[in-house]
Amino acid sequence: MSSHDEIVELLRENARYSAEDIARQTDTDPEDVEAIIDQLEADGVLRGYRAVIDHDQLDEERVRAVVELNITLDRETSYDDVAERIARFPEVDSLHLVSGDYDFMMEVEGDSMREVSNFISDKVAPVPEITQTVTHYVMTTYKEQGFILGDGDDDDRLSISP
Amino acid sequence: MKPADRVEQVPPSGIRRFFELAEEMDDIISLGVGEPDFSAPWAAREAAIASLEQGKTSYTANRGKRELREAIAATVDNRYDLQYDPDAEILVTAGASEGLDLAFRALINPGETVAVAQPCYVSYTPGVIFADGDVCSVPTRREDEFTLTYDLLAEHGADEAELLVYCYPNNPTGATMTRTELQEVAEFAREHDLTVLSDEIYAGLSYEHDHTSIATLPGMRERTIVFNGFSKTYAMTGLRLGYALGPPEAITAMNRIHQYTMLSAPTTAQYAAIEALASCEDVVDEMRTKYNRRRKLVLSRFEEMGIDCFRAKGAFYAFPACPWDDSEAFAEALLTETGVAVVPGTAFGDGGEGHLRVSYATGIEELKEALDRIERFIE
Repeated sequence: MSSHDEIVELLRENARYSAEDIARQTDTDPEDVEAIIDQLEADGVLRGYRAVIDHDQLDEERVRAVVELNITLDRETSYDDVAERIARFPEVDSLHLVSGDYDFMMEVEGDSMREVSNFISDKVAPVPEITQTVTHYVMTTYKEQGFILGDGDDDDRLSISP
Repeated sequence: MKPADRVEQVPPSGIRRFFELAEEMDDIISLGVGEPDFSAPWAAREAAIASLEQGKTSYTANRGKRELREAIAATVDNRYDLQYDPDAEILVTAGASEGLDLAFRALINPGETVAVAQPCYVSYTPGVIFADGDVCSVPTRREDEFTLTYDLLAEHGADEAELLVYCYPNNPTGATMTRTELQEVAEFAREHDLTVLSDEIYAGLSYEHDHTSIATLPGMRERTIVFNGFSKTYAMTGLRLGYALGPPEAITAMNRIHQYTMLSAPTTAQYAAIEALASCEDVVDEMRTKYNRRRKLVLSRFEEMGIDCFRAKGAFYAFPACPWDDSEAFAEALLTETGVAVVPGTAFGDGGEGHLRVSYATGIEELKEALDRIERFIE
């Protein structure tokens, strides 16, 4: 595994690892790790660092929806053109062109169902190329970006064993 | 009721007292655990659950399910170049520990001698004594990076022994042996007609070179029994499943005892193991990668603390020199004053004094915290 790949993997495991943490786990120097991270950021490989949050544990309510979008293209318009317009809305958390029954899979977040619904009906549906939207509100999240939510498994191993 | 002499002869495990001390304390960080911090791969657990749902709760063949023995044969051939006949040369046991016990009982006549490379897993010496054998201790040394050498075997009189038992990658030292290094041991075994019990339970966790089994060296297959299993590599310690590979006459003798005492290894675990071999290689690779990163972290921290620690290359242990002469006193003080548990080297027999077993089968954040505390403590 190249050091670039290994650093990306470690940051995916825990974006809060310091350069020193990564250096120790990979037998390299912290300065080299810093340089590689700077390079990966400059190259646009590392786009940002976010916390993984279990919203159920917070008081504020957060509404998420997965929205299927169907698109009709014309000679002058491509998927990229449509995607670019939609992706600029801050409400849109992720946007993927997918295979199957619909074209785009969009994830939207908002403070309330009304806010999300209004966003879709006022901002997304009127886009001329979008012919249909199907909105699925998320009811319960069980696993988020690799983390199983809910009570963690306790370490029930014997404290000392041969 | 008075226990038999051979039981009285064996003291309680050296880590027992330490365990009791640790159990009394809250919020300790334990680097004293001899098993993975991961759970068994979900696919393996799922297969075990499915087998229970289907009512697969009866005994299996004494030697283990044929499907499992075939899968073991294919895996050890592919991974370690070991060829064993699933019908005659493989025995599935309740952990590698049962396999070793069977071998001691099947192969040792009263008064015969077994050379035990030390420091080692806590059960070898008691196992030999329970089988009415005598132990010839062969302590390995820091200057040899805790490998076994021809000279060490000769120096400690292993030529008088009938059997030799050792474990590489090693618990507690984390030492491994390369093919070249094992050639010396093989030469000694051939010259002195020793049977070798090679505990290779950590074979899947060798970080700097491929694992070599001594049974693959010339003239060794017929005098070696290899022990391996699912506990460490597949994080299945509690499912109790191992296997022994050896010449038909040895496996038959061991199975004679096994069929009367154990009947068959746990059925549910056998289903988990079949799935583990079939589909869990990626999960194992991921665990191995994580152990290796922690290993590097631990070794680099000890180096900076100025603690002498040889470059352990396998299992999930580092074996640093103890900053104090008395490793038990150090481990006890470290535990009571900082809440960090490590195991004094003395718990693992001769050659262990002056060292500490530090297990890195613990998450990175806890490992970092524990190492910080050790650093502050020795300052």
